[in-house]
Amino acid sequence: MYAFDFVKPSSIDDAVKALSAEGAQPIAGGQTLIPTLKARLNAPETLVSLTGIAELKGVCRDGDVLVIGAGTSHAAVARDAAAEFPGLAALALQIGDPAVRNRGTLGGSIANNDPAACYPAAVLATGATVVTDRREIAADDFFQGMFTTALEEGEIVTSVRFPIPEVSAYAKFAQPASRFALTGVFVAKFAEGVRVAVTGASEDGVFRWTEAEEALVRSFAPEALADLRVPDGGMINDLHGTPAYRAHLVGVMTRRAVKAAS
Amino acid sequence: MPKDIEAQGGIGASTKRREDIRFLTGNGRYTDDINLRGQAYVHFLRSDMAHGRINGLDTAAADAMPGVIRIFTAKDFEGVGGLPCGWQVTDRHGQPMQEPKHPVLAEGKVRHVGDPIAAVVAETPDAARDAAEAIVFDIDELPAVIDMKAALAEGATKVHDDLSSNLCYDWGFVEENREAVNEAFTKAAHVTRLDLVNNRLVANPMEPRVAVGDYDAWNDQSTLYTTSQNPHVIRLLMGAFVLGIPEHKLRVVAPDVGGGFGSKIFHYAEEAFCTFAARQLKRPVKWTSSRAEAFLSDAHGRDHVTTIELALDADHKFAAIRTETRANMGAYLSTFAPSVPTWLHGVLMAGNYTTPLIYVNVKAVFTNTIPVDAYRGAGRPEATFQLERVIDKAARELGVDPVELRRKNFIKPEQFPYQTPVAVVYDTGNYHATMDKLLEISDHAGFAARAETSKANGKLRGFGIAHYIEACGIAPSNLVGQLGARAGLYESATVRVNATGSISVYTGSHSHGQGHETTFAQVVAEMIGIDAGQVEIHHGDTSNTPMGMGTYGSRSLAVGGSAIVKATNKIIDKAKKIAAHLLEASEADIELKDGKFAVAGTDKSVDWAGVTLAAYVPHNYPLESLEPGLEETAFYDPSNFTYPSGGYGCEVEVDPETGKVEILAFSAADDFGNIVNPMIVDGQVQGGLAQGIGQALLENCTYDENGQLLSASYMDYAMPRADDLPSFRVDHSCVTPCTHNPLGVKGCGEAGAIGSPPAVVNAVIDALQRGGYTHVTHIDMPLTPARVWAAMQK
Repeated sequence: MYAFDFVKPSSIDDAVKALSAEGAQPIAGGQTLIPTLKARLNAPETLVSLTGIAELKGVCRDGDVLVIGAGTSHAAVARDAAAEFPGLAALALQIGDPAVRNRGTLGGSIANNDPAACYPAAVLATGATVVTDRREIAADDFFQGMFTTALEEGEIVTSVRFPIPEVSAYAKFAQPASRFALTGVFVAKFAEGVRVAVTGASEDGVFRWTEAEEALVRSFAPEALADLRVPDGGMINDLHGTPAYRAHLVGVMTRRAVKAAS
Repeated sequence: MPKDIEAQGGIGASTKRREDIRFLTGNGRYTDDINLRGQAYVHFLRSDMAHGRINGLDTAAADAMPGVIRIFTAKDFEGVGGLPCGWQVTDRHGQPMQEPKHPVLAEGKVRHVGDPIAAVVAETPDAARDAAEAIVFDIDELPAVIDMKAALAEGATKVHDDLSSNLCYDWGFVEENREAVNEAFTKAAHVTRLDLVNNRLVANPMEPRVAVGDYDAWNDQSTLYTTSQNPHVIRLLMGAFVLGIPEHKLRVVAPDVGGGFGSKIFHYAEEAFCTFAARQLKRPVKWTSSRAEAFLSDAHGRDHVTTIELALDADHKFAAIRTETRANMGAYLSTFAPSVPTWLHGVLMAGNYTTPLIYVNVKAVFTNTIPVDAYRGAGRPEATFQLERVIDKAARELGVDPVELRRKNFIKPEQFPYQTPVAVVYDTGNYHATMDKLLEISDHAGFAARAETSKANGKLRGFGIAHYIEACGIAPSNLVGQLGARAGLYESATVRVNATGSISVYTGSHSHGQGHETTFAQVVAEMIGIDAGQVEIHHGDTSNTPMGMGTYGSRSLAVGGSAIVKATNKIIDKAKKIAAHLLEASEADIELKDGKFAVAGTDKSVDWAGVTLAAYVPHNYPLESLEPGLEETAFYDPSNFTYPSGGYGCEVEVDPETGKVEILAFSAADDFGNIVNPMIVDGQVQGGLAQGIGQALLENCTYDENGQLLSASYMDYAMPRADDLPSFRVDHSCVTPCTHNPLGVKGCGEAGAIGSPPAVVNAVIDALQRGGYTHVTHIDMPLTPARVWAAMQK
C-alpha cells in the first residue's frame, strides 16, 4: 500500500467536495479497493470514505419500489429486504463470505461493475434506477461494460430504486476459487413483462438476455427456454470456463432461476 | 477407549493437544512474532518475466531513497555458494544428474517469474518496497520454456546455458528389468494404458514464510529464525554450502510454524540472504513473505505427466507395469526435488499388489517455472494415482468389479515380509482387512439403492475406490546414501530428567502442526508411568536439540519417536541402577511399574521422584560405579521404511447440467500400525483428505505459454473450503504393527493426501459411466465443473 490521506465526511455534500480534489477516490466497503491498494495497483492521494454518511444507509419501501441506500451492506440487504423483495435478499446472501457481506456495499459493487459481481444482475433485471448525488440513471444506461459505468468523475451513487417484481430469483454458479459468479442469472417477472440479466459470463459485463425475456413472457416456465442458447461469442474465456461452457451455463442458470421463482 | 487410558494420558489416549491452548489464545510464537532490536527489513525485487538476460541493474536512484540501508545484487554474492541440492540422482546410463547453480540472487539471467533479482534492506518494510520499485533494470526477455515436452525437444531454448539440455536426468528403475517388462507386455492377455497429468500444486500453508537473520559480534555468532520443518538441515546446508559459517557459529531456530506440507523443508534464498545481510550490516534483517510472494517463491508440488500401462494375464493377474513420466523440476533444483519423482515414486509402483515386473522411466525437466519439490506425500501420491487409476480403467475394460480385481492381486497377509520388484521389502500389512473395513464403513452394499435415489433427482452418483501404500518413516541412512541422498535420515532425542522428576525432552523432529508436544509426552509418560503433564517437549532450536533431520515423510513418530524411546530406555536402565542402590537390591530384581521402582516379590519400592532426586543429590549413591545426573541422548536410524496402507472410498454426485461434482461421503480405512493418540491421527487423516480432495477437484497451478503464473492468488487458485468437503468417516482399527521400530508405528501424516485423489477421480468416472457417458474414461485433475462438463460433451 502506498501512503494516502484519508477523510471521512458525514454528508453527501462534503463527500462530493472532498472528491473534487486532485487524486481523490471514494471508498465504500473497500472489498475490492483495499486488496488493490495492498497490491500497490492503485495509488490515490486521498481516500474519501463514504461509510460515515448516515443517509446512504438503509432499506425502505416507497410504493412499488424498494429503495436501498448505496452504503447499505450486503448483510443488511439480506436481512432488511427479505420480506419485501426476497429474490434480492437471497442474492445478497450469496455474495462473498460473512466478512465481505458486512463490509461490502451495494453502491460500491455497482460502481465497480466487476463483470462477475452479483448485484449488477439484480439492478439490470429489475430495471432499477441508480440515484446519484446529481441525477438518476436507468439501469439499462448505467452498466457500460467490464468495470465501466455511466458515473462521472467524482459522482457518488446515493441509492438504488428497485421496482419490486411479482416473483424473482437469482441462480448463481460460483467460480470455484473466488466464489464470484462464473455465471449468475437474475430473473424478474413484472405485470408488464419479464427481465433476465446475466452476470459473470460476458466480456461486456452484465447483459440482458432478451430472447429469454420474450420466451418467458409467453410462458414463465423453464421449459420455455429449452431451445434457447446464447452465442459463445463474447463470453469470457479463463481458467475456470470456456466461452462454450459459460454460454451453456447461461441457459442452465436461467432455467434454474425461473424454476426457483415460479 | 477404556477410561483409565484416557485418564493416565499415555499411549492410546485421545489427549487434547496441549499446544493448541497457546495457538488458540494468541500466545503462539511464530517467526513473524520475533522482532529484534535494531531490525531492518528486506524487500526482494522479483522478476516479472519468466526468462531473461540481465544486462544491467541501476540502483543509484533507489539507493538515494529515504530509509534505504543497502541494496544487494548478485555481485555482492561473489564467492558465496549457491543453494545446494540435497539429493543426487544417477541416470539410467550411470551418469549423475545435471545440476545447475542456484544463486541466492539471480546471476546473468532470470529463470522464473519471482526469481529474486535484487534485495533492498531498509529501515521499514514500506521503505524497502518503495526503493525496490525505483531500481532500474535492463533485462532482455528470452523465450520461456514452459511445456516439458517442448523443453526436451531438439534445439529447445535452454533454461541453463551451461547445461547440455533441459534434461536433468533420465532415470530408469528397475533398469535391469526394462527388457523383461517389455517382453511381458508382448505376452499379455490384456493391456490397459492411461495418459494422465498429476497437477501442479501450491502448498499454501496458513503461515507464509518468514526469515530473521541476526549477528552477534560478541561471539561472532549468526542466528537465523525461520519457518522451517528442519532447522538442523537448514543450518547444515546454509552454513556449509552457502555462507561458509561453521555450525558452532550458527544457530537456526524454527519456533512455532504454521503448517508446511513439505514446502518448509527446503533451504530458500531468503534464509541465506537474511543471515548474510545481518553479518554484513551488523544488524538484524527480517523478511516476511506476503501471500502473493508465497505463490511466486515457495516450492510447488507434483507436476508430473505420465503414461502408465498395466499388463494382465488371462486370469486378470497383474503381469507387468510400465510407466513413462516427465517430472517438472522448475528452473532450479530445490533441496530434495530430484528424489521425489525417483526414489519416493518408483519404489511405490508395486502398490498393494503382487505385480512381478515393473519398469519406471522418469525424465526430470528444467523449465522457466518456480522450483518443484516435495509436497505432502511427495512422489507417493503420484505413484498411487497412476496405479489406482489404471487398475480402475482395467477393471472397466475387462468388465470386472474393481474391488475384486484389486483383491485378486493383493499381497496376501501370509506373504509378509514381502519383497517387491522395486527394491523395498514391506514388513507388514493386511490389505484384505482394510478393504473389508472400507466396504463396511462406506456402506458399499447400499450404494445401488442410493444411486437410484440420485437418478430420480437428476444426478449421477458414483463410487470410487483406491487402495494405497506409502513408504514412510524416512529412512535408513545407509540405503538412502546409496540412492543419492546427501544426508542421513536418522533422528535424535535427548531426555533430560530434572531433579524433582519432571522431564524435558529435546527432539530433532519439528512440529509444524502435528501435535508432537502432546504425542511425544504421551510416549515418555507411558514408558515411565508418570503423568504426561510431567513431560515437556522441546524442538526447533539447534542450540539446545541434538542434530536432527526434522519432520516430513510421516517420519516423526516412527523415527523421532523411536529415538525418544531409545533415550528413555537408557534413562530407565540408569534409574534402575540407582533404585537398586537405594533399595539395597540387585538391579535384575528391580521392576518399573506405574512410576515406582519395586523389588520383585517384595513390598519395597522407591518412587520416580525419589530416584531422580538421588541422581542429582547423590548423597546415598553408587558414585564409584555410576555418574550422577539423569540425562541421555539417543540417535535412531530406521532399518526399513514403514508401510502404512489403506482403502479409501469416495461417493459423489455429478450434476449432469453443470458438471459440478459433490462429494457426498468419503471413507478412509487405514492401517497405521499402533496408534499413540487416536484423535490426532483422525485430524491428520482428515487434513490429508482435504488436501487430496483439493488436488482432485479444485487446485491447479497454471502457467501461460510465456511463463506467467495465471493462478497467482486465491481469486484463481481454488483452495478446499469446509463446504467443499463431507464429514469424513475415518477408521484406523486395522492394525498390523510395524515390526522394526519399538513403538510398532507407521506414520499417518500423508496418507490422506496420497489415497484420496484416485478415489475421487474413480468415483466421478464411475458416475459418468453409470450415467451413460461411456466415452469418458479419464479426466485430468482438477475435475472442475468446466472440465467434467467438457468431457461429457462428445
